[in-house]
Amino acid sequence: MATKLPKVPVVIVGMGWAGGIVASELTKAGIQVVGLERGKDRKTSDYAMGHDELRYQHREELMQDLSKETITHRNNEKMRALPMRDYGTFIVGDGVGGAGSHWNGQTYRFLPYDFEIKTLTDKKYGPNKLKPEYTIQDWGLTYDQMEPYYDTFEKMAGISGETVELYGKRTNPYPTGPMLKTPILTIFESATKELGYTPYMIPSGNLSEAYENPDGISRAACQYCAFCENFGCEYGAKADPAVTVIPVAQQTGNLELRTHSNVIRILKDGSKVTGVLYVDTITGEEFEQPAEVVVVASYVFNNARLLLNSKIGKPYNSADGTGVIGKNYCYQVSSASSMMFFEDKEFNLYGGAGALGIEIPEFVGDNFDHSNVNFIHGAGIRVTQYGNRPIANNVVPKGTPSWGAEFKKASIKYSNSFFPVKSQGASMPYRYNYLDLDPIYKDAYGMPLLRMTFDYTEQDRELVKYMANVTKEVAEKIGADIIDTNAEQGDFNVNKDTNTHNTGGVIMGADPETSAVNTYLQMWDAENVFVVGASAFPHNSSFNPTGTLGALSYRASEGIKTYLKQGGSLV
Amino acid sequence: MSNNEKNQNGNKGFTRRTFLKNSGMTVGGVVLGGAIGSLFGGKSETPQSTSHNMAPALSVNPSEALMFFTPDQYRLTQAAADRIYPTDENGPGAMELNAAIYIDHQLASPWGFNVKEYMSAPFYKAEETQGSQVRILRKDLFLLGLSALDAYSNNKYKMKFSELTTEEQDLVLTDFSEGIAPDISTVSSKIFFNLLRTLTIEGVYADPLYGGNKDMIGWSMRKYPGSRMNYVEEIQDQKFVKLEPQGLNSHMGH
Repeated sequence: MATKLPKVPVVIVGMGWAGGIVASELTKAGIQVVGLERGKDRKTSDYAMGHDELRYQHREELMQDLSKETITHRNNEKMRALPMRDYGTFIVGDGVGGAGSHWNGQTYRFLPYDFEIKTLTDKKYGPNKLKPEYTIQDWGLTYDQMEPYYDTFEKMAGISGETVELYGKRTNPYPTGPMLKTPILTIFESATKELGYTPYMIPSGNLSEAYENPDGISRAACQYCAFCENFGCEYGAKADPAVTVIPVAQQTGNLELRTHSNVIRILKDGSKVTGVLYVDTITGEEFEQPAEVVVVASYVFNNARLLLNSKIGKPYNSADGTGVIGKNYCYQVSSASSMMFFEDKEFNLYGGAGALGIEIPEFVGDNFDHSNVNFIHGAGIRVTQYGNRPIANNVVPKGTPSWGAEFKKASIKYSNSFFPVKSQGASMPYRYNYLDLDPIYKDAYGMPLLRMTFDYTEQDRELVKYMANVTKEVAEKIGADIIDTNAEQGDFNVNKDTNTHNTGGVIMGADPETSAVNTYLQMWDAENVFVVGASAFPHNSSFNPTGTLGALSYRASEGIKTYLKQGGSLV
Repeated sequence: MSNNEKNQNGNKGFTRRTFLKNSGMTVGGVVLGGAIGSLFGGKSETPQSTSHNMAPALSVNPSEALMFFTPDQYRLTQAAADRIYPTDENGPGAMELNAAIYIDHQLASPWGFNVKEYMSAPFYKAEETQGSQVRILRKDLFLLGLSALDAYSNNKYKMKFSELTTEEQDLVLTDFSEGIAPDISTVSSKIFFNLLRTLTIEGVYADPLYGGNKDMIGWSMRKYPGSRMNYVEEIQDQKFVKLEPQGLNSHMGH
């Protein structure tokens, strides 16, 4: 039997960016918070041996233990979903800081267009631009309403960047200037400028300079050591909940952070919830933590899964398009690229940072005319320099074998002489792409796994074809010796696609019929549950999700504070 | 080592020398000398005459020993890995870089036992897009794969894999890489090949802490500086800056 603990005002499930921000904002306002984190505690000094490509990148040291919990996947409803048994594609964070510890730090805002995508698409291109199966919808609030929250998140994290004319208006410049421009970024910059585009440095959570944030947290500048993605930052230069919002919450004395605490169910009583049930993952003991407000801030997958397993909210039904939990799961469409190889040039590609990159804004959102193409939205066309670690980077020209003498020769020859012009494309929701509970497979605690039904759509494939041409145009302008362009978007492959930008499943909106949460991320069907994270995105834009997730977390915190005072629905 | 531990060992009276004695392997004997010579000699190395003398040379790497493979399995892994990543004008291949030592250690580790993978039944045949659904543990699959390499070689050339010419070895491995070789138990030969390939690449490029990438030569060949703390100057430089590689060991005590 579960041990029942004393009731608290707020319990938060998951201590990554979403949970950390909410914890920080509430505890600063004097509210008592219990934070439950299934993984372990972390601090920067843990990463003294952090530059270990094998351990962190290929053995997924910072990631969810799949033996306990994973997802199942199928491309369509005709297939049988099977478990993702080991990591191939998305890497799901675990432990204090969550994905905010292992992320790269690329921190964009979404476009004004994103928040009103349905209205603006219909207005400009008519109601039939996309088939009805594409379930795009407005977010229920505008960019102007989001702007102050973006500003707050960027100041807290110290984001390094430069203002982009073609994007939403900013009330303030980025708190720190852009990162260093390396030779490959300069090459991209010159080529795209010659083509008439306006390149900008990718906004970065890896600090370009030492910075003290409004909470009084000081962090050092990035050393370009090349260990961001999959790794924790030993300098604290990378914005991470474990070095920003969580210590701030802890300093108030109002946060009780319990690690190794895996929430398996939210406890419901009528139209409200009473708390959560969790397991101590070390001892196996069960605890009930009663609370006034439950904040669900685990990753996208578990946000949807917890609600479904707890029978909170109406599950999405693809047969008739009704219901909301699991709806509008989206991803990222990034297959268009042109890989460039140079015979006589070597770059210092061993150095870099997770958010070191340059991009052009001309092909995102509705920044170009879509009248004559069969897709909406677009992609960021970019060059990045993360630092090429040797196990993960053995890139050879098309037609070279993947092993043996020729492979070795080519992979060594080009090890410092290749880089791609890449794309990161938006992902539009589709009626038959969704999340629900798997009928067969269970986690270590006997709860059903989440089942993902997802494949790329016609919209995605058209977008990739178009963007591939843009990457090719830029690559040709740069003038590499070999250019391999990929213009095909294959089927979604749970073992191959490499991106962790999963979104949706518990989406926000203005209408309870078509959304699960309101614009404060408060559930329509249970007023004392707030579901915070990229799970709230009705679609995924062509940008990394963390900036928008962070902004929404600040807005949700505001909502929770109001709710604790007055109760009821906030809208 | 604490005094307590010393005493415990002393009490057991267990030393390497007595083990060898008890197991009937005489130090310096013909059988033992032959075994060690061929075990650690490899194809491209001269057998170490010091093997006959049990006193370890100062330069000996204690990690260069087996915790999983039998000597035969080790030799076969060395030969196969060396075709994935052969010696060429750039420098040594997987065998000399100790990739097979790395593979041995990995298969003995929790990773070889799939402890962080979702291993609950049922195991259905996967579609191409669904990722592998293999019930067999990595350590077992690898050994089955090694046996299959020999069986296939024997079937085709009436010889063991390690006795084939390198051209023949490449043909055998190609058949595995394309899944043309028969399934291994319930698994496509391609899945074993991918495991071998992945482990070989890791074995030549992972930090030497793991037993491979001998003397960081894997890194040197591609001018990779290993684990350093700062590249602020280098990444701005228009010219390529070659740095001597450093391993994680260089961060100990910091």
